[in-house]
Amino acid sequence: MNSAILAQVLVNGLLLGGLYAAIAAGFSLVWGVLNVVNMLHGSAVVLGAYAAFFGWQLGINPFLAALAIGPAIGLLGWVVQRFIVQRVIAAPVLITLVLTFALDLVLNNAMLAAFTADYRKMGSVTGLPPLMIGTVSIPADRLIAAVLGIVATFLVHLYLTRSRLGRAIVAVRMDQETARLMGVKVEHIYALTFGIGLALAGVAGCLIGAVFPISPLNSGGYLGVAFVACVLGGLGSVVGAIVGGLVLGVVESLGSMLIGAEYGVTVAAVLLILMLLWRPQGLLGRAGYD
Amino acid sequence: MHARLQGWVLPVAILVIGAIVAYGLPIALSNQTYLLRLATSLALLVTLASAWNLVGGFTGYPSFATAAFFGLGAYASAVMQQFGWSALTGYATAAICAALLSAPFGFAILRLKGHYFAIASLMLVSILKEVTTGWSNVTGGGMGINLPGAGGDPLAIARISLEILVMLAAFSVALSLVISRGWLGFGLSCIRMNETAALSAGIDAPRLKTIAFTISSAICGVAGAAYAGWIGYIDPSDVYDVMWSVRPIIAALIGGVGTVFGPVVGSLIYLVFEELMWRNLLTFGTGALGVLIAILVLVMPGGVLPSLRKGKVS
Repeated sequence: MNSAILAQVLVNGLLLGGLYAAIAAGFSLVWGVLNVVNMLHGSAVVLGAYAAFFGWQLGINPFLAALAIGPAIGLLGWVVQRFIVQRVIAAPVLITLVLTFALDLVLNNAMLAAFTADYRKMGSVTGLPPLMIGTVSIPADRLIAAVLGIVATFLVHLYLTRSRLGRAIVAVRMDQETARLMGVKVEHIYALTFGIGLALAGVAGCLIGAVFPISPLNSGGYLGVAFVACVLGGLGSVVGAIVGGLVLGVVESLGSMLIGAEYGVTVAAVLLILMLLWRPQGLLGRAGYD
Repeated sequence: MHARLQGWVLPVAILVIGAIVAYGLPIALSNQTYLLRLATSLALLVTLASAWNLVGGFTGYPSFATAAFFGLGAYASAVMQQFGWSALTGYATAAICAALLSAPFGFAILRLKGHYFAIASLMLVSILKEVTTGWSNVTGGGMGINLPGAGGDPLAIARISLEILVMLAAFSVALSLVISRGWLGFGLSCIRMNETAALSAGIDAPRLKTIAFTISSAICGVAGAAYAGWIGYIDPSDVYDVMWSVRPIIAALIGGVGTVFGPVVGSLIYLVFEELMWRNLLTFGTGALGVLIAILVLVMPGGVLPSLRKGKVS
């Protein structure tokens, strides 16, 4: 294989991986802390992407818009958790899965009705020429999107490790009962965590909308990305999600070159199942207690 | 000996009733296209819900793989018939393919628990959907397959499909009853309640789980083959739709997960709701269904959640 092509494929994979990290981090956080697999996550990404798209039509830079859209979708997540998911929080896996799946049906169908299934794409956001390193070409918008994805994810990591509420989230993740005894209001932490998770999804949506065509039909694909990158990185670990996202991006990029782009999901899904069977603790090999 | 015989009365009765209904219902509804369709959908859902219940209910493993084996069965049968084999061979192939895939796959992923198992099983649906779409010289890819028999009289096809699916539903329920009363059901319920304890009591949990998963998948495969014959045209986005995994789960949840007749009752209730939704809210049908499912999950703590908690699905 030509090394120039290989380098380009790797770079493409990393650019994709930055976005995947942002998708997976929020999902992983919610799963780790609440023990809820949030099937709504993919549609929240799509919602963020559409919000950014409509902002762009009004002349708002999607990278800046993410600052407002993220918190707005986070607020939606807070409400959904506080008033709906919280009711079944202690129920068996099957119940929370089915509930968030049902909520996903509602949100996705609403978006299909409102936005149609047609793919939409913003024009170039910054208008900058691609960055050239040797023969490798790096489109400016995609580079910015990937970097911002990792930055947003890392900010959540800092929040978890540095702030008081962040420590409370980590405490709940480690041991919910003890955290409660220490005076942590677990219900509030759950809602906050769900909100942060969806806020990250919304930010990821803005970044994806800035560089890729978007449609409500994509939500299942984003959810799959979240599954795989989360398991790769280790459940509940935000830093792990960055690693998982980057690895998944590179694997997908290589896979689509070697096997064909039409088998992208298969490559990712096989990777997921193998990881679950052989290294369920994730590539980093530790429980995700940031 | 007497008790042994008695144990077989109810399953045989279910099969006999199934046969009578399978014979009589298509005649009774011979020209009513809508009711024929509804009855066939019900039989299909009962079949899938009962089959899912073997794994999701009896064993307590939240499987989302129903759509994978349903779609695999539909395609296995359709491809066989395209090569000129009979529909019956198609059904057999569907069962064999589903069993051959589900045995090793189930053995592997049934080591996982809770969400991990659910996600791994869900991933199989995406894999099969993509492989089916990609392998276009056999499966027709995204264009799908028109079944050879599809050109016939639509009412005749509808009646035959109803017959087949009612018998399959009766078989699925009767089998689930037999299993629930036998050694397999006993072992599965031990696994559901406490797998570690079951293992230490000498129950070969991996083997029993794999057997349950394989039986369940084979039934789903045959159901897929029957669906393909009924609809006459299949494509990957239809037969590998995740809703084929979710609807049986909802039906079982409504009626009672882990009980033999719960999935039957639940399928009926669910289908009535779904029908009302679709008829009144076409563009937002799926969304309304989502609202309905969410409400069902939230407000049925009396019927649904306690029974599940006792069995501790996670």
